[in-house]
Amino acid sequence: MSMQQPHPRNDIFDVAIIGAGVVGCAVARRFALAGAKVVLLEKGSDILSGASKANSAILHTGFDAPKGSLELALVQAGRREYLDIHAGMNLPLVETGALVCAWTQDEAARLEAIAEQGRENGVTSVRLVTPTEALSIEPGLSDGLVAALHVPDEHVIDPWSAPLGYVNQAIALGAVVLRQCEVRAGSFDGEWRLETSKGDLRTKFVINAAGLFGDYVDTRLGFEPEFQIKPRKGQFIVLDKAASRQLKTIILPVPNEITKGVVVCPTAFGNILVGPTAEEQDDRNRATVEHDTLEGLVAQGVKLVPGLAHIPVTAVYAGLRPASDKKEYRVIARPELNAITLGGIRSTGLSSALGLAQHALKLHGGSERGEFAPRAAPDVRMPNLAESRMRDWQAEGHGEIVCHCEMVTKREIEAALNSALPPGDFGGLRRRTRAGMGRCQGFYCNSRLAEMSSGCLANPLAIEQEGGK
Amino acid sequence: MTHSSSDVIIIGGGPSGVAAAIAMRKAGVGKITLLEREQHLGGATRHCSHSPFGMLEFGRVYIGSAYGKRLEMEAERYDIDVRYGHSVASLGEDGRLLVSSHTGLETLAAKRVLVTTGVRETTRAARMVTGDRPVGVVTTGSLQSYVAFHNLMPFRRPVIVGSELVTLSAIWTCLSHGARPVAVLEPGPHALVGAPLNWFPSMMGIPFHRNAEIIDILGAGRVESVKIKRGDVIETLECDGVLFSGQFTPEASLFQTSGLNVNWGSGGPAVDQDGRCENPIYFAAGNVLRAVETGGWAFREGRSVGMAIASDILGDVSGTAPVKVTYDQPIKLVVPNLIRSGTSLPGGLKDFQLRFARYAKGTLFLTVDGREVWQRRGTWHPEKRITVTRPDKTRSAENIHFGFRGEG
Ligand SMILES: Cc1cc2nc3c(=O)[nH]c(=O)nc-3n(C[C@H](O)[C@H](O)[C@H](O)COP(=O)(O)OP(=O)(O)OC[C@H]3O[C@@H](n4cnc5c(N)ncnc54)[C@H](O)[C@@H]3O)c2cc1C
Ligand SMILES: Cc1cc2nc3c(=O)[nH]c(=O)nc-3n(C[C@H](O)[C@H](O)[C@H](O)COP(=O)(O)OP(=O)(O)OC[C@H]3O[C@@H](n4cnc5c(N)ncnc54)[C@H](O)[C@@H]3O)c2cc1C
Repeated sequence: MSMQQPHPRNDIFDVAIIGAGVVGCAVARRFALAGAKVVLLEKGSDILSGASKANSAILHTGFDAPKGSLELALVQAGRREYLDIHAGMNLPLVETGALVCAWTQDEAARLEAIAEQGRENGVTSVRLVTPTEALSIEPGLSDGLVAALHVPDEHVIDPWSAPLGYVNQAIALGAVVLRQCEVRAGSFDGEWRLETSKGDLRTKFVINAAGLFGDYVDTRLGFEPEFQIKPRKGQFIVLDKAASRQLKTIILPVPNEITKGVVVCPTAFGNILVGPTAEEQDDRNRATVEHDTLEGLVAQGVKLVPGLAHIPVTAVYAGLRPASDKKEYRVIARPELNAITLGGIRSTGLSSALGLAQHALKLHGGSERGEFAPRAAPDVRMPNLAESRMRDWQAEGHGEIVCHCEMVTKREIEAALNSALPPGDFGGLRRRTRAGMGRCQGFYCNSRLAEMSSGCLANPLAIEQEGGK
Repeated sequence: MTHSSSDVIIIGGGPSGVAAAIAMRKAGVGKITLLEREQHLGGATRHCSHSPFGMLEFGRVYIGSAYGKRLEMEAERYDIDVRYGHSVASLGEDGRLLVSSHTGLETLAAKRVLVTTGVRETTRAARMVTGDRPVGVVTTGSLQSYVAFHNLMPFRRPVIVGSELVTLSAIWTCLSHGARPVAVLEPGPHALVGAPLNWFPSMMGIPFHRNAEIIDILGAGRVESVKIKRGDVIETLECDGVLFSGQFTPEASLFQTSGLNVNWGSGGPAVDQDGRCENPIYFAAGNVLRAVETGGWAFREGRSVGMAIASDILGDVSGTAPVKVTYDQPIKLVVPNLIRSGTSLPGGLKDFQLRFARYAKGTLFLTVDGREVWQRRGTWHPEKRITVTRPDKTRSAENIHFGFRGEG
């Protein structure tokens, strides 16, 4: 495939996108659709190795976003485009709805203002409900609710298949994806020369979508830094699929200034997740899980949804939000330098990515100037991993089931390994297939996966056999 | 979707499932279907390239993989309809099973269903261990399948956590495949299998630490080191993997995801003295009932529950409401955890099996309808099986309770 071949030295790209998080993937797709010659550069061994690998997977409505903000506009634009394209790309939409739950009089008093904000933000379906109504919407909720706000249009998606789908469309239109390719420096003299760990390349335009490293990359490109990334960690626990019988709705707390707070949320894969926390830290690379915090999350989940008691923990994760020194998105256009920075996309990037991509194309201006010839969206259908729809194990001829907990078939794993953008590491294989993501975490399938993926992954599962018996 | 019907369907072809099938055949049950998601029989024994199996049931010793072959021979000899590559996805209230195989989905139905799906070990995630999440963190079962099925190794210098029988199995597997454990850690004050762990690792030059736990796993791609807390001392051990051994939990997720009841103490389905679940169409046997036992134990239990089913199937589904067996802390589990009055089938689960959640000293006693009918004083270790003969009067009792009087 195109991504494997180093690009001809003297070739020049229209746009180089730095960072293949959900934002970079969406931007690559949008520019490829517009007709630009695109290269997507990612330093990790696979796409989605930064903030985008661990989030709550909620497709937000923007009901609680700051009024009149760019974030609000882009979340809503991104959401609209997702709703338009998801069926055609075979991406799921789990129409869970959300309940913002007030457990104290104080919190209840703040709900009215949130409802008002929602309406002003154009989310007209929000509605204050009594505890009785809330319980009829979500019978799993615990007693003691004072009031709630129903937001029926908050939905859940597959946070990995979506960006993977975006990037696959870009690849189908000829975009080049280079992984393990870190941008180290750049210089501009009418066109850009980027110095990367895979050699230099030339491009007319750069878009910095480097997430947690957005400020560093701006500096590397020689820009005056306009913001500073302040990573904010979010840990969460994922409960066994048995939990999905206990809850169908996203349970949100009444938010405060700092965070949307801990959510109890169904996933597209049929689990329930509880999290994330919001913990400031300096380290941009390490996102550790911590025992006591995880236990606290279990307790919190059970407190809000008593039926979750005794349900085993399947997985634990932590992700880093690329928050910055200000609350808002840090979108900076530098037309004189042919550069755009999409920075500080901290907690809504999954929802806004497609909107950010539209916005970036507009800021670029190439389409309006007629520099590119737009192309029709190629037919890319993603393998379905969501529980709500037919999965491969339910179909004929799947070979056999390799991962029993998540019911992942041999055919699915082989397809992922042979796809246009095969997994670069074990995380990538898990995100593409869900193999090893289930309750046994590989007790049964890990060795089989090691064999099937041998030679394909950075940090292989099995070590080299050097003379061991 | 196709439908077909059997007298009995068995889910899981480990020792207990196969033993039950044979017992039922011997007792004259007609159509027995055994569904196994793998391509072989043997279940967890297949992972064990070293262990002695089969002494009691076949009168000779097999290593794990050969034991599975023997089970396959027996299944053939008794004309059991074994369907490999058949994975059960859900259990219906009415005994209808949703099954996936290479031909897609089908619904299979039977008069009775026996679940013998075994166990899994508690993972790093479920233990909620602090740290990074690099490659190289596995369980014993996983390690053994690397070795037994693929001739691969997930690491060379692991730190091993646990001190159960299976931990010895893990150490042995490492040593015999060119890996050298850096240390073996037990969070508690005692090794769970005392004697061998007290001498075996140190004989091999591997430090064994009690009161020691991992407080941080470090590594960007692959495990690079762990921080451990040993008493009050914190130290860093360089390693390239972590192996979490033991803390078995029943593979009872089929019950949970299907909305059938699970007993929170044992982690397995609640069963009565015949091995029958709350929903009387379903039975369970083997390790899925409670954490791990030996292969031989699982075989005998399967046989015994198989005999009960063979007899039960002649009558109507007997759905009398069971009495729940209750117990005090620190008892972790009691199996059977239900008693149904008025049924007396051959076989089944003759004795009560108990385990303690932690180390304790004191008197364990059994009361039936408020009267103490049995007691024993002693020192009780976690994860050690205790069997108590089930007094006959429990069958007509309304209250069955295991109590504990601790001594300091
Ligand atoms: C715990 C948590 C929960 C969340 N929940 C939600 C939610 O429910 N809904 C929602 O919409 N959003 C949610 N978010 C937010 C969302 O995940 C982020 O906004 C989004 O992932 C940001 O994507 P990004 O592409 O900007 O950054 P990233 O995903 O970090 O992508 C940047 C990429 O750039 C690469 N890179 C960095 N430097 C270089 C370099 N020099 N050269 C090459 N590549 C480089 C990195 O390796 C990385 O892959 C959540 C976030 C977290 C952490
Ligand atoms: C790592 C390890 C080491 C051990 N070492 C020893 C030892 O040294 N000596 C000893 O005596 N015992 C040992 N044991 C224990 C012994 O292997 C078990 O006691 C015995 O295998 C249990 O038998 P079982 O029939 O209850 O379950 P299992 O043997 O676990 O069989 C369960 C079967 O059910 C199948 N199954 C599960 N779910 C489904 C489904 N949904 N659909 C279809 N099929 C399904 C599985 O594929 C499996 O084949 C060890 C066990 C382990 C895990």
